[in-house]
Amino acid sequence: MRILQIFLLTLLLSGCGYNTFQTGDEQIKASWAEVLNQYQRRADLIPNLVNTVKGYAAQEKEVLLGVTEARSKVGSIQATPELINDPEAFAKFQAAQGQLTSALSRLLVVTENYPQLKSDQNFRDLQAQLEGTENRVTVARNRYIKSVQEYNVAVRSFPSNLTAMLFGYTVKPSFTVENEKEISHAPAVDFTVPNTAPPAK
Amino acid sequence: MKILWAFLFGLMLTGAVCAEVAVPQQSQRVTDLTATLDAQQTLALEARLAAFEAQKGAQIAVLIVPTTQPEAIEQYGIRVVEAWKLGRKGVDDGALLLVAKDDHALRIEVGYGLEGALNDATAHRIVDEVIVPHFKRGEFYPGMEAGLSAMIKVIEGEPLPPPKRAVVGGKQDIESLLFMGFVIAVALGGMLRALLGRFPAALVVGGVLGGLAWLVIASGVIALLAGAGAFVFVLLGGNRSFGSGMGGGFDGGGGFGGGGGGFGGGGASGRW
Repeated sequence: MRILQIFLLTLLLSGCGYNTFQTGDEQIKASWAEVLNQYQRRADLIPNLVNTVKGYAAQEKEVLLGVTEARSKVGSIQATPELINDPEAFAKFQAAQGQLTSALSRLLVVTENYPQLKSDQNFRDLQAQLEGTENRVTVARNRYIKSVQEYNVAVRSFPSNLTAMLFGYTVKPSFTVENEKEISHAPAVDFTVPNTAPPAK
Repeated sequence: MKILWAFLFGLMLTGAVCAEVAVPQQSQRVTDLTATLDAQQTLALEARLAAFEAQKGAQIAVLIVPTTQPEAIEQYGIRVVEAWKLGRKGVDDGALLLVAKDDHALRIEVGYGLEGALNDATAHRIVDEVIVPHFKRGEFYPGMEAGLSAMIKVIEGEPLPPPKRAVVGGKQDIESLLFMGFVIAVALGGMLRALLGRFPAALVVGGVLGGLAWLVIASGVIALLAGAGAFVFVLLGGNRSFGSGMGGGFDGGGGFGGGGGGFGGGGASGRW
């Protein structure tokens, strides 16, 4: 009798999407781990990159410092897998990574002014690696967004939402555009001729 | 009626306008949608890549499209390799050379398993120093040829599991032999049964299969068993028609398909 009950319960649960939640949850964890993995890869590239740029463009202190600071900020946030269940920490983590992204792109803009640096083979390899890693981050983020979307649809649609309520499954946070604030402002175009090289900002 | 057609046509048009560039059907190793390569050049690259896969196991494909707009070449590239699944499953040893001719952009997309050998820096060097100089002069075939050679050279240095069916006519697994025997028994048996009658057909098929087994495995006992099995099979084989017996025996004689390899966005892009 007991066995029959368990069997029925199993049937009922799988019918209500219990298994969907388990699969989805694992899928999200896996794709989140990949996101963290690629962000880590990016962070690991930075010391080398900064050192190489320093060799040719030590006067760009501000930009270099910006990258280093943004990196240490990223490092100070505990990037655990549990982050995805805490929307607030998730947003913080994302903001820090976004800052690092913009600091890095500022650095790459500045390097355009140093032809010697640009022809340095070591720098070119590093730049290729950075580009590849940024692309991997994008791919990993897209896959994470996709798996979260599937999970969240299951959480909110009937009848699986009943199962979700019963077990306390809630929607998981997803990525938004990193520079939300920046792109909501129209870029200011300045036509005055600068005397010196324009500060990259 | 006319209105309906016009409506459908309109729908088609809007679909065509909004849609991203579709990922083409995967049918061969070299897919050229721009008619940049002539038939001979395509065949040459094709043969080169096929030989490399037979020897090393890694799958390389080439795709030339006019444009990837409105997407960036990276976004389009990852969609292509997600659909094509180049490389072996679990080994993930696939790579794609993607050229968007009118965008003047190209990309080498690298599967997980090859990211060690064909890392971003190496891929970037191949793009920048090997392919782009050719493309700048409008030499597309030499550029691709040189680029693929460089990729092959790099991948050759990477230890990968050997390709599965490298040795033809060597030691084959018993399973496929059994399957082949079964197919022969069904096909030949069905045909001969219709021509000669039940008992003679069973005798002939039993003899043929027994002989074949003896030739291939070189063991008298197994040959006898196989022959007897085929004899009984054809003798008792019922009203199965020849056609249905053959159905689904072989799939995919030629053609080309990905083996289930995974990609994560590694590689490098370049412009000319």
